[in-house]
Amino acid sequence: MCLGIPGKVVWINGDIAGVDFGEVVVEAGTHIVDDLSVGDYVLVHSGYILEKLDMDEARKTLELFDELARVQQEAS
Amino acid sequence: MNIPAGFKSGRNCTVLANQIRAESKTPAVIMEVCGGHTMALYRCGIPSLLPSTIRMVSGPGCPVCVSDVRFIDRAVALSRLPDVIIATYGDLIRVPGSTSSLEKEKASGASIRIIWSALDAVAMAAANPDRRIVFLGIGFETTIPGTAIAVREAKKAGLSNFFTFCSHKIMPPAMAALIDEGVSIDAYLCPGHVSVVTGSAIYAPIAADYHKPCVISGFEPVDILQSILMITRQIESGRVAVEIQYTRAVHPEGNRRAQALIAEVFSPCDDWWRGLGVIAGSGMRLADAYRRFDAAEAIPVTVEEPREAAGCICGSILKGVRMPADCRLFAATCTPDNPVGACMVSSEGACAAAYQYGAHEK
Ligand code: SF4
Repeated sequence: MCLGIPGKVVWINGDIAGVDFGEVVVEAGTHIVDDLSVGDYVLVHSGYILEKLDMDEARKTLELFDELARVQQEAS
Repeated sequence: MNIPAGFKSGRNCTVLANQIRAESKTPAVIMEVCGGHTMALYRCGIPSLLPSTIRMVSGPGCPVCVSDVRFIDRAVALSRLPDVIIATYGDLIRVPGSTSSLEKEKASGASIRIIWSALDAVAMAAANPDRRIVFLGIGFETTIPGTAIAVREAKKAGLSNFFTFCSHKIMPPAMAALIDEGVSIDAYLCPGHVSVVTGSAIYAPIAADYHKPCVISGFEPVDILQSILMITRQIESGRVAVEIQYTRAVHPEGNRRAQALIAEVFSPCDDWWRGLGVIAGSGMRLADAYRRFDAAEAIPVTVEEPREAAGCICGSILKGVRMPADCRLFAATCTPDNPVGACMVSSEGACAAAYQYGAHEK
């Protein structure tokens, strides 16, 4: 029950948004997130959107691993 | 760039595991305190990628597992009242109480409904004015805002038949209690989704006063390995800090709207944890302005004397001092289909995760 699931907002209607998890679209409360837009990536937990996901941050994190792979390759 | 795939990528896991092996020299016990991490660790076989210096242990991070037997017993007693409907998240119904469980009560006719969101319980109260709806609120800061919203909505709608019976908990007091008890832990892998709500400051005392590195981690295998690398780097350099690996979701200040809601509807209290006993300031009860929604006060019931299942060592497992395979009931009489203790119920429980991902076959 403690799982947060990432998905994409496909519609918003007042306090409720539809979030696409790939196979299903679920309804989730928007009560605790600001400035939500269709197309945002969000984290859904026990029926509510907990937070928007920052895709730029995600990209930056992943780029670190490319760098690390390069360093390891040079060392070997 | 395919971002979701990047956090599951085998290449990234290998690169990170190589780096951990290269940098880790000092033996370290890292405890994860989130059921989601426990499940991901077992599912992805992360321990097998780590050097022998690093040992991962599961702590009291699964909300279903830490629900005390007294909580289940009172929920069972409430469910026996003919006009009560219990609304709950799914896993909880299978947790054994002293002599019964919600699942058994349901089989013998009690009204117990599994819901996806706390708001479903509010809708249920509006639709059933002649019944009393009791929503079972469990979980850490991830689920507390949801309960708070539901209670507020019930108040706004003037519902007099909506109640919550809560065992919401907060994690840092338990993290401190384990160290005070002498459990050997060198660093904490901190729960990502709890931290989305709370921000990173809640772990500051664990780093400052207890000198344990804390890294807030996401839930994909790459997230967890990067977090272990960050912990390794703190340990090897003698640094102790609270760091965020899960930067795409966690802001240092957390979700302020959620925090404000929690502060409005709840106030801290002492609470029981399965296996750990009472921990001061680790629970959340409804604040005075919302107290009339508290089923524990508004609906009196007689609750049986608490009794733990004989032979179950869930308490030691939740403290990280014993492993599921150390329990003589594990995979013998205790299985996910027929759980003896709470740690075998939810897939995030250490025993259930160990069972599902084959620890009993080794
Ligand atoms: S295997 Fe079952 S009985 Fe043993 S500690 Fe785990 S939950 Fe308890």
